[in-house]
Amino acid sequence: MIRLLAMRELRSLFAVPSTWFVFAVLQFILAWFFLARLEAFLEVQPQLAQLANPPGVTSIIAAPMFSTVALLLMMLVPVFTMRLIAEERRNQTMALLLSAPLRDRHIVLGKFFGLMVFLALLLAGVPLMLYSLMLGTHIDQGLMLSNLLGLLLLAASYVALGLYISALTTQPLIAAISTLAVLLGLWLIDIGALADNSPWHLLSPLHHFENFNNGLLDSGDAAFFVLFTAAFLALAMKRLHNNRIYG
Amino acid sequence: MQKTTPEITLAARNLKRRFGKHQVIHDVSLELRRGEVLGLLGHNGAGKTTTLQMLTGCLLPDSGGIEVCGIDLLRRPALAKAHLGYLPETPPLYRELSVNHFLTFAARVRGVKTADVPAALALSRQRCGLEAAGKKIIATLSKGYQQRVGIAQAIIHQPAVIVLDEPTVGLDPAQIRDIRSLIRELGNHSSVILSTHLLGEVESICDRVEIMHHGRLIYGDTSAHMQEYGHVSGFIISLRNPPDISVLAGIAGVGNVEQITPNRFRVLHAPDNNPSDALLQLCAQQGWQLDQLTPLQATLEDVFVRITDAESAATGEAK
Repeated sequence: MIRLLAMRELRSLFAVPSTWFVFAVLQFILAWFFLARLEAFLEVQPQLAQLANPPGVTSIIAAPMFSTVALLLMMLVPVFTMRLIAEERRNQTMALLLSAPLRDRHIVLGKFFGLMVFLALLLAGVPLMLYSLMLGTHIDQGLMLSNLLGLLLLAASYVALGLYISALTTQPLIAAISTLAVLLGLWLIDIGALADNSPWHLLSPLHHFENFNNGLLDSGDAAFFVLFTAAFLALAMKRLHNNRIYG
Repeated sequence: MQKTTPEITLAARNLKRRFGKHQVIHDVSLELRRGEVLGLLGHNGAGKTTTLQMLTGCLLPDSGGIEVCGIDLLRRPALAKAHLGYLPETPPLYRELSVNHFLTFAARVRGVKTADVPAALALSRQRCGLEAAGKKIIATLSKGYQQRVGIAQAIIHQPAVIVLDEPTVGLDPAQIRDIRSLIRELGNHSSVILSTHLLGEVESICDRVEIMHHGRLIYGDTSAHMQEYGHVSGFIISLRNPPDISVLAGIAGVGNVEQITPNRFRVLHAPDNNPSDALLQLCAQQGWQLDQLTPLQATLEDVFVRITDAESAATGEAK
């Protein structure tokens, strides 16, 4: 059932022209950024060669690229999560799901995984471009994988938050702006707290992504993402249930 | 012919529902048997949609119980809902999908097995007259066709209970006729409950009617019985060459004549003594040139007034 709902979500996404537009624009931006980083690397390469223990191509090109994508996600995810439940309500299609033999968790998880697959397709260009460097050089597999895992967890937490906020309203636009506001707020808390050991840092998904970005797998960070995602998915399910109670 | 009583497919007991402080549904109970078409008749805002939402599990009642094919909808929603098909007031359509993709999704989500989907799809498309529209994107279809897709998604899994909320609103007369005959046909195999504010709709397709007023069911009977309430003894007659109004009033059995336009008259008579035969004979003899003779139709308002009057009279007598 979850897969069925996820497939429906994907099919609907790819049936609208605006999705393809975002897809194209994003590939362009990512490719441009990749080439700019590559050019910068080629310029400094002779100087790097003189260092005793120079940073590799992965940490000069891949890591910054992933951290840019992480920032982009903050703006990208609300655009797609806003529709998930708010638009179903506005178009009255929610009745189809509510009257079907589905549980609330099927609806929420179906939408969650549908959008996660979509985001994976949307951002698949990033690892593909980076792995293309293997044609000319070696890349640090460990750093790549930790970044990919971090990005996946980060996206999951954003999607879960956006899904919950989308379940709160009937207006997709309000859902988008609220999600963006919360995500920006979490980011600002992080960069606003100057002390390194400030507890505010712990609240921010981007802060937890930093370790992944540097190639450091910390189970605490992974646990944060898993809990964050699970909490908002559970809240979204609760919200759908309350909908039947309060109308 | 007396049929053996078919099983009850939908039973609701003492449903109550409030929104905030406003009690919308007061103690509604109803039963539906297989092969029956039940019309839920009432004004806008009478609570029809809320009732149907509760019957389909989209909204939980504050108290009361609902059983679909003997399964408790509130305790085991997933099992019970497999026997339900629901068309809300606005058809729940993913407008960006094609008809086939959408109906396939609707079938799968209602629990039709993958292998059975093509047959179910073909059958419901054929029943709803959508054979030629399979590959079309729903957003490009006309309103009538979108309504058909809405009905198709509600019947694709051949549910025992079909719930239709105002299925003919906003359609043109030909489409209304098609959809009514489709509903009649659905009523042969399943139970259908539909809401409407049109008296004529109930008369033409429903076996039974429940009249809803301010969140209460105030009257429930066969629709044939209800028509007696709706019956007005009178007709409107148009004559191209009319006589003086006093001549019409003088015909035996005519109670009251009112001139609407120079050529049209409203004639009222006693229920048991219809003067239209005598009138028609005179028309032919005197050359009044009959254009039209239309029996008077009661409005929903009339029926309400009569039923509520009858009820208050009955309670008065009981006291």
